[in-house]
Amino acid sequence: MHIVVCIKQVPDSAQIRIHPVTNTIMRQGVPAIINPFDLFSLEEALRIKDKVGARVTVLTMGPPMAETSLRKALSLGADDAVLLTDRKFAGSDTLATSYALTSAIKKLSEEEQVDLVFCGKQTVDGDTAQVGPGIATRLGFQQLTYITKIESIDQGAREIVVHRRSEGGVQVLKTALPCMITMLEGTNTIRFGKMDDMFRAARYGLKTWSKDTTGAEETKVGLKGSPTVVSKVFVPKPRAQKATMVEAEAPTAEAPSAEAMAAAAVEAILGAQPKLADELLARAAAGL
Amino acid sequence: MVEKFDAIVIGAGPSGNAAAYTLAKQGLNVLQLERGEYPGAKNVQGGIMYAAELEKIIPDFREDCPTERHIIEQRVWLLGDDNYIGTNYRSEAFNSDKPNRYTIIRANIDKWFSEKIREAGGLQICETTVTELIRDASGKVIGVRTDREGGEIHADVVIMADGVNALLARRTGFQQELAPQNVALAVKEILFIDPELIQQRFGLKDEEGVVIEIMGKVTKGMVGTAFLYTNKESLTIGIGCLISDFKEGAIPPYKMLEDLKNHPVIKPLIEGAEMKEYAAHMIPEGGYKAVPQLYGDGWMVVGDAAHFNNAAHREGSNLAMASGRMAAETVIELKQAGKPFNAANLAAYKKKLDDSFIMKDLKKYRNLPGIMHENKQFFGAYPDTLTAAAHSWFTVDSVDKRTKEKEIMKSFVKKRSIMGLVGDAIKLVRAVR
Amino acid sequence: MSEPSKPQGRKFQLPEHLKEYKGIWVIVEQERGSVHSVSWELVGEARKLADKLGVEVGAVVLGADSPELNAICGDAFTYGADVVYKVTDPVLADYRTDPYTRVMTDVVNTYKPEIVLLGATTLGRDLAGAIATTLATGLTADCTELDIYMDNRSLAATRPTFGGTLLCTIQTLAYRPQMATVRPRVMSMPDRDDNRTGRVVEVFPALREDDVITKVLSFIADREQNEAQLAFADIIVAAGKGLGKPENLKLVFDLAKVLGGEVGVTRPLVQAGWTGFDRQVGQTGKTVRPKLYIAAGISGAIQHRVGMEKSDLILAINTDPNAPIFDFAHLGLVGDALTILPALTDAFGKRLSVNRLAG
Ligand SMILES: Cc1cc2nc3c(=O)[nH]c(=O)nc-3n(C[C@H](O)[C@H](O)[C@H](O)COP(=O)(O)OP(=O)(O)OC[C@H]3O[C@@H](n4cnc5c(N)ncnc54)[C@H](O)[C@@H]3O)c2cc1C
Ligand SMILES: Cc1cc2nc3c(=O)[nH]c(=O)nc-3n(C[C@H](O)[C@H](O)[C@H](O)COP(=O)(O)OP(=O)(O)OC[C@H]3O[C@@H](n4cnc5c(N)ncnc54)[C@H](O)[C@@H]3O)c2cc1C
Ligand SMILES: Nc1ncnc2c1ncn2[C@@H]1O[C@H](COP(=O)(O)O)[C@@H](O)[C@H]1O
Repeated sequence: MHIVVCIKQVPDSAQIRIHPVTNTIMRQGVPAIINPFDLFSLEEALRIKDKVGARVTVLTMGPPMAETSLRKALSLGADDAVLLTDRKFAGSDTLATSYALTSAIKKLSEEEQVDLVFCGKQTVDGDTAQVGPGIATRLGFQQLTYITKIESIDQGAREIVVHRRSEGGVQVLKTALPCMITMLEGTNTIRFGKMDDMFRAARYGLKTWSKDTTGAEETKVGLKGSPTVVSKVFVPKPRAQKATMVEAEAPTAEAPSAEAMAAAAVEAILGAQPKLADELLARAAAGL
Repeated sequence: MVEKFDAIVIGAGPSGNAAAYTLAKQGLNVLQLERGEYPGAKNVQGGIMYAAELEKIIPDFREDCPTERHIIEQRVWLLGDDNYIGTNYRSEAFNSDKPNRYTIIRANIDKWFSEKIREAGGLQICETTVTELIRDASGKVIGVRTDREGGEIHADVVIMADGVNALLARRTGFQQELAPQNVALAVKEILFIDPELIQQRFGLKDEEGVVIEIMGKVTKGMVGTAFLYTNKESLTIGIGCLISDFKEGAIPPYKMLEDLKNHPVIKPLIEGAEMKEYAAHMIPEGGYKAVPQLYGDGWMVVGDAAHFNNAAHREGSNLAMASGRMAAETVIELKQAGKPFNAANLAAYKKKLDDSFIMKDLKKYRNLPGIMHENKQFFGAYPDTLTAAAHSWFTVDSVDKRTKEKEIMKSFVKKRSIMGLVGDAIKLVRAVR
Repeated sequence: MSEPSKPQGRKFQLPEHLKEYKGIWVIVEQERGSVHSVSWELVGEARKLADKLGVEVGAVVLGADSPELNAICGDAFTYGADVVYKVTDPVLADYRTDPYTRVMTDVVNTYKPEIVLLGATTLGRDLAGAIATTLATGLTADCTELDIYMDNRSLAATRPTFGGTLLCTIQTLAYRPQMATVRPRVMSMPDRDDNRTGRVVEVFPALREDDVITKVLSFIADREQNEAQLAFADIIVAAGKGLGKPENLKLVFDLAKVLGGEVGVTRPLVQAGWTGFDRQVGQTGKTVRPKLYIAAGISGAIQHRVGMEKSDLILAINTDPNAPIFDFAHLGLVGDALTILPALTDAFGKRLSVNRLAG
């Protein structure tokens, strides 16, 4: 079984700041991390490897410095890593990205047939949740997004049963390999790599592929291959008003009692949202 | 199978980097272990780097080293409540093509240095904490254990470059517990600011930079100093005091930094800047008397872990790099001579240190920490009297200068007896002689 | 996604063959006979955009033919649709990516809408990503604002990026249709107009179950589960580290119970194992938009904020008057959550029961 996990290196959004003067994103000094959502998928792939045996290849498209993320994935237990990097890919939107990644997965399939592709549910920088479905569609793989659990996987019968989160519940789906899976967050916890894997990752000779290696067509990647354009980036307007403070009368110079504050808060809430008051009452009445 | 290396370096700060690079460059099989997520992730340094030591290790470092600004002006300020008295030295000579000091952002420098080590063939593993030294029956250090599964790794020699806490040396019994009067706690912030504002406010062009070293009332009478450095697009501001004082004192470090930032002479310099990061870190300031055992069978200790820090001149990273290099050179020499890494042979490392500026400087200032600690007037009474004197001197108010001189002298004596003043002068002279 | 700003409404030439694309569509999300409210929110939004452009609003309803489905088609008109594309086939009974994608690709290629909108739900995002690929067009996900740049009649889709620290406006220029998904409860629910009707276009795709590889073995409805239903909750009482210790979570559960709401938490609480991940609100947790969000002992970090700031009314309880949460909460209460929460539980309890008796 050959599993490809697509990971993306993203700036740690917790540390992203807006330059106070120029109002642009300051990436400088912001550490790059593996997109947190991708780790749930990577862990699931590694679990399949532990359980039924598989070769796990991690794939990323990005600048040369994305190597760090690939090594990190190797140190967690991935077997191989491919860095897809080419100036021609710069400016790719999701359609072009899924095209480029698909070209690499097809090439990987030539080495050893790819049975499963894992993607993150979404990225924290692009945040579109489109690249995974894009890859599945292009490869003609069954598309399984928002998976909460892989119930079983039968290599012989090439069958897989999964739980998929949908809005009103969980779909239990049975389908055939090959598939593209995105895991829902929180479904597992990424492991702490072993010392051996740390050594292997540090010494691993990374595969670096360009547009020409995978045979991707120039018109379908980069800005040319991207239907969407970002027409402006701006800082959200802060809410004009700060919170109205709930205050209550205190009998003496002391602070008002919790009861008085709570009563004032209830009035403030119901005052601000008269409809809510009715609904609460209706609900309370129904609960009678 | 347990991996085996010629040398293991624990830590990827300046001392560990200097050691690992020097070893790798000579073709030794070296492993560097760092607990941070990446080199520099956990490191805190105010931000002055001294070129001389780095030059000895990487002569052409200026070609790609991500320094911020080279320093053309040094100010030393003594802060009063709403004033300062100080000295400035600025010279065009510092604009040479090989400047001597730079402001830096540690995370960038550490990352760059690490790349150099990898290029030189050193193996680096991050996010891995060394939990203990492995010793054989005779007590010789033969490797380390990490917090990862299968974490045992062997080496002929282990260089501990794990910073001020020196946990490994302590845990193994090679060092005593840290004494609170021997460590300062420093807090600092990096503040983003428009580079044009930096240039305007400090009178700089291009990549010129200024350093302000600050003493005085901001430390509330505790033994400590503060600093303000200009980076390319940011300012670094920080303050530090001895832990022993913080323990007694009522004011926590971050509050002290807030006060410094709000001080009327500092505030206009940092106006409009936005805080980017806040960090706190310890600095070993015990000086010569606090230097521990530096080597033994199969091990050496370098940098902050060995207490190599010159508080008086705010030098640390240069001592760290120098000691790291010397430890590495010792290993290389023994290896070439085919000698074992026992304590007797590693004593050569101590010899190198003794012959260098590291031990000579530490020795010179050996009494300073004690004097500062026992004579708090340097941080309370003196700033007041001095700034008051300056105020009187520079206020043109028709009082004749003679009278002013007398009054100033009187105010000094009022704060402290003539004997006290003379005594302080003597103590200081002795300490720095 | 971080290109410098360009002037609004970039100049571009729409290729001749794309000029025939007309009208704004909403793909109505129905599962098992119930429609996700985001679909009606989008019909309302599509109405506004269509009026600007002077075109029709189309609602696409897919599923197995049934009375419920007919009712849904009727509802689409009352919320503002002009045309309903009713696509029925037994194979479409349950949502599955593959048949839905095939059918939608065909329908779009046949009727050529210029804009296609979907909810940014598990279904909408799954389907949108797939059909944008088969249609080889642009898709802007998770939008919070839609507009038309009249100078070139193009869709300007605005969405948060970098965890909500920035917003960006994205356009699909020389491709059609222009696609976008929109987060639930970002657009307001349109008023119903029960007199409205319109055209129904019936589509029978003639699918074969044998051609569909993925089978639905079963459906476990959330109602039957014990999982927290944060995303749909109208009232959320959320706890942060300010609560001190896990035992104190009881205080928020008590208040939530009185209000008939759910309990949410910040990430540190999940990480410390106080409660399960299904209760985490924020960037890496759930996005919620309840009518009332009570935040107790929460500082208001950006990663938490992006998950809840769209709530209709936010009350923050915090001991620190300078806590960032007061910058975006509507109501603030400086005080100890450990005493305020039980007092609130009492106060609401009394208030609701008094009226109950009176009513
Ligand atoms: C606020 C401040 C301002 C300063 N300003 C200056 C200045 O302007 N100029 C100057 O020259 N010096 C300055 N210094 C001092 C200087 O930073 C230090 O002297 C220098 O960093 C020491 O280097 P080191 O390599 O010995 O230790 P460190 O830089 O502390 O590096 C130790 C490394 O070891 C790692 N480590 C620790 N334990 C383990 C373990 N068990 N396993 C694996 N890895 C481990 C740590 O993560 C760390 O990366 C300043 C210090 C502070 C705190
Ligand atoms: C990649 C990434 C993703 C993240 N995703 C999320 C996410 O999805 N959701 C999320 O919530 N966080 C997320 N975080 C974490 C986030 O950055 C904050 O750390 C977190 O939201 C803070 O939680 P808190 O408000 O509970 O704790 P704190 O920030 O510690 O705040 C506690 C607050 O309680 C107040 N307080 C203390 N005692 C009392 C009392 N007795 N009564 C009332 N108030 C009191 C304090 O004044 C303080 O304001 C993420 C972080 C990263 C790096
Ligand atoms: N440049 C990339 N390289 C590798 N995988 C990617 C890349 N961009 C997106 N992905 C994958 O697609 C998922 C969804 O991304 P997005 O559509 O950007 O939200 C991510 O979690 C990754 O698994």
